[in-house]
Amino acid sequence: MATVRSELAKARGARVSDTSRWREAGLALLFLAPSIVAFVIFFYYPFEQLVLRGLYRNNIAGDNLRYVGAGQYGDVLGGDDFRQGVWHSVQFLIYTVPVGLLMGTVLAVVANRRLRGIKIFQTIFTSTVATSTAVAGFIFLALLNPSIGLIKSPDLLSQPSTAMFGVALVSMWQNLGLSFVIVLAGLQAIPQEVEEASTLDGHGPLRRFFRVTLPLISPVLLFLLVVLVINAFQAFAQIDAVTRPSGGPNGATETVVFKIFENRTPDRLGEGSVMSVGFFVITFLVTMGQFSFLERRVHYGE
Amino acid sequence: MGSEETVRKAGWYTLLVALALVVLLPIYFALVRAMSDPLTLTESDALLVPRDVQWDVFNRAWDNANLGGAMLRSLIVTVAITVSQVATSTLAAYAFAYLWFPFKRVVFALFMATLLLPLEVTVLPNLATISNLGWRDSLQGLIVPFLATALGTFLIRQAFLGVPSELRDAARLEGWSHWTLLTRLAIPLSRPVLAAFTLISFLGAYNQYLWPRIVTTNPEDWGTAPIAVQSLSSNPENANLIVAGSLVVAVPMVVLLIIFQRHIIRGLTAGAVKG
Repeated sequence: MATVRSELAKARGARVSDTSRWREAGLALLFLAPSIVAFVIFFYYPFEQLVLRGLYRNNIAGDNLRYVGAGQYGDVLGGDDFRQGVWHSVQFLIYTVPVGLLMGTVLAVVANRRLRGIKIFQTIFTSTVATSTAVAGFIFLALLNPSIGLIKSPDLLSQPSTAMFGVALVSMWQNLGLSFVIVLAGLQAIPQEVEEASTLDGHGPLRRFFRVTLPLISPVLLFLLVVLVINAFQAFAQIDAVTRPSGGPNGATETVVFKIFENRTPDRLGEGSVMSVGFFVITFLVTMGQFSFLERRVHYGE
Repeated sequence: MGSEETVRKAGWYTLLVALALVVLLPIYFALVRAMSDPLTLTESDALLVPRDVQWDVFNRAWDNANLGGAMLRSLIVTVAITVSQVATSTLAAYAFAYLWFPFKRVVFALFMATLLLPLEVTVLPNLATISNLGWRDSLQGLIVPFLATALGTFLIRQAFLGVPSELRDAARLEGWSHWTLLTRLAIPLSRPVLAAFTLISFLGAYNQYLWPRIVTTNPEDWGTAPIAVQSLSSNPENANLIVAGSLVVAVPMVVLLIIFQRHIIRGLTAGAVKG
């Protein structure tokens, strides 16, 4: 292993020794240090706190903290409440992620051409990134209001079967800008000669898109996919802003994060902590799966 | 040939306008709602034009929510977070893209794992940390938890990996140090991605909601812009003021976006092809 590395380094004309290798590692540590310090204090440490807290339970009044052990993990993660939350999170993801990928690509392909005034359209398509989720939620609450809204019937938010779709509309709209910006960046990175060559080969626009453009923007679409999945799993402000009662009819819009938020009171902090840990494990596995599956399939153009 | 070209252009413009309407309709509707008299808003017909227009609604939202001070606080917090995130992400991205160090894959996975820990999950332990430091109702309390982000590290690392390896090898043969390589080669060639990340970071920081709401006990003096708007909701008659306040708060971001976007899109077209 080490010899391969040094052979490679020799072939590249550089001298490599153990000291210079470790000097490089030292520099890496220096560069990583600011991020690592921030992550330790505000991500890993609170996460550890949650894991430990999941081993304890309170009485209803929120005091009398006592150790109950890992059994609480089995009870909560195997329970109906958590499973229901996972299903709602998946529903939200199914509504928002494909739409985000599709609309981002449509908007970017349509707006990536030389036409007079195209900048205006590009600015309009980007504009939803300027609104916060809370603001977007408020706008859609008005839009979906059964008595004064634009979409009166069906009353999406009051029916358990459609409430999640109503909430998802907020994200579908709000994701437009970010998806557009990301895909457009990918499209504009494609060298013009590549597309011209494909046109000269007699490829029609559709064939050119699927055979040339799509493979070339696949790394950007992977990035967008990861961002959209993470956004979907973490959705909270829109659910809190749009649904009445908060969490939707029959708890139809209670995602895992929403249930964690509900379990924040001292008497239920043990359950909430276990759910936080379970939520983290699920999203970790999903994202790692996405990476290992898609990194093999996307085209990095080397 | 000429008329065929005209037809094609008309088709693209039709498509562009249709898509623009999809994007803008919710904002337009919010504007109509904000400017209408809330007492007549209960009418059962859909409101596509404002009813009983109240032009002073924006002034009232500004005064009632003390939006001037709140937006200044938001600006300070946002700039501090953005500058820090771009700096910490760029350095970390360089380490992941170009430097050797042990357990790189594991460390990278641990970085990416932070993206999966939403603030909603870590908010209560983090609140305890900030309280212990005595930083509730302070600018540092709003800034410090967000000094680094793995999103920027991921995005900028992708850009750094896209720098042609011949250029890097040439630079190494010239005897460039890592710092020179970073500042003279990697950063200039990755400018479009850096600009895009700066925009994302800036907007994200300005639009933060849950953390400023929870960490601030005194929204009058320490609330950021979205929190100030939210504070209007204590009075149910303020429904249209909240929409108006939301739009006022969004204006500087939209203006920045218009200025910044030209920059970004030109940078994307120019910088990306050169590489």
